[in-house]
Amino acid sequence: MAELVIYLVIFGTLFGSFAGAALLVWFERRLLGLWQDRLGPNRVGLFGAGLAIADIIKLFAKEDWIPPFADRFVFVFAPTAIVMAMLLGFAVVPFAPDIHVADLNIGLLFFLGMTSLAVYSVLLGGLASNNKYALLGGLRSAAQMVSYEVFMGLSLMGVVMQAGTFSLVDIVLWQADNIWFFIPQFIGFLIFLIAGIAESHRLPFDLPEAEHELVAGFHTEYSGMKFGMFMLGEYLGVILISSMIATIFFGGWLGPDFLPPIFWFFLKSFAFICFFILLRAAIPRPRYDQLMSFGWKYLLPLTLINLLATGAILLWA
Amino acid sequence: MGMILKAIWSQLVTLYRVLLHTFTPTDTVSYPEEMPYLAPRYRGRIVLTRDPGGEERCVACNLCAVACPVDCIALQKTEDEHGRWYADFFRINFSRCVMCGLCEEACPTYAIQLTPDFEMCEYDRQNMVYEKEHLLISGQGKYPGYSFYHVAGKAIKDKDKGESLNEATPIDVRSLLP
Repeated sequence: MAELVIYLVIFGTLFGSFAGAALLVWFERRLLGLWQDRLGPNRVGLFGAGLAIADIIKLFAKEDWIPPFADRFVFVFAPTAIVMAMLLGFAVVPFAPDIHVADLNIGLLFFLGMTSLAVYSVLLGGLASNNKYALLGGLRSAAQMVSYEVFMGLSLMGVVMQAGTFSLVDIVLWQADNIWFFIPQFIGFLIFLIAGIAESHRLPFDLPEAEHELVAGFHTEYSGMKFGMFMLGEYLGVILISSMIATIFFGGWLGPDFLPPIFWFFLKSFAFICFFILLRAAIPRPRYDQLMSFGWKYLLPLTLINLLATGAILLWA
Repeated sequence: MGMILKAIWSQLVTLYRVLLHTFTPTDTVSYPEEMPYLAPRYRGRIVLTRDPGGEERCVACNLCAVACPVDCIALQKTEDEHGRWYADFFRINFSRCVMCGLCEEACPTYAIQLTPDFEMCEYDRQNMVYEKEHLLISGQGKYPGYSFYHVAGKAIKDKDKGESLNEATPIDVRSLLP
């Protein structure tokens, strides 16, 4: 019986995240439409939600072309890597007190490791395409993700210090006893948010695929479902980062009793997904050197100061 | 430091202002079900209008064909027995037309006019070529009451020289009488 529940949770997470990512493609376009005073896609199905299915059918039916000059094996492997990494990242997300695939005692590190692995997908995809735009996109993504990863991890260390654990379930439980982390770790929250956007290479940090400069960046040569995998990985990343922000800084499943815990978790994640889309609607893309200097000159020192202050206060208290 | 705070503040204001757009009505409409409002002077399908007497306004002067930047207008002048000019054929190829309205501006007789109608899709490209009978409408279009031959000094049927609007009777220049 217990085994059945675990399987249910695993398949629920798998298909839930897939369906969520597919629906997010439609939902993002609707929200962008709303904020740009347009209607957005509203034809297929209820409010246009059938667009998610129509999009998948379209992607499967498209010609799946591998350029003759590409490195065949890496070219095929790259798009799968991002989806695998992001899906593995979902394994440690605690949806509700007992609904999680795995409660690792290093859950936070596991999550960071999996998002780091997603870099390989973009980088290898760019390299294997053997195309100058793809290469530039891959290079950008490598530099961007390596530098933003540094303080993405470090910004969470304040949380780890206060909670005294790497397990995401325990972090949420600590927040149940004390206070949601976005108040004591507000700077950490802001930095994690910014780093999270850069990590899932969403606008305004989507320089690896900046379509004004690089055609489509690292996925210039991709078509059909291979391109779909990159899209899927990107949207999975958005959901993953949103649910991580909700879990680590906003108390995960915690909330007033009139709604079930899992609902609170989804509500908080949903709010951050909407925020991600709002960023895309509102903020223009920075120049590449501005992005790098912003990361290294401002965010990294700020993270270190935050870390130092948290440590000092903890020792003093 | 002040610059950084200013930049952050600017970003937050941007986010807030875009968020406010949640409550503004959309500028677009779901088109086939709901027609957008087109201004009366919207530049759409081209028509040829008639004067108040029901005659064709077009005098086949070719100015529209000259003004047309994509050369989509073709016509040939002919005359009736009273000396009134009209177009023998008048052909607009709408698959070329860019609805710029230069023909309407060039027209000295208000004959060629653009209307607020853009729904002229065809499956066959040949059907995009409109002949005179497709272009002519029975009304006067945007300038009611205007008749070129009744303000111009040319004599036609039922109107001799000097009978136009604001036109003095012709003077016999060879006569010495006052």
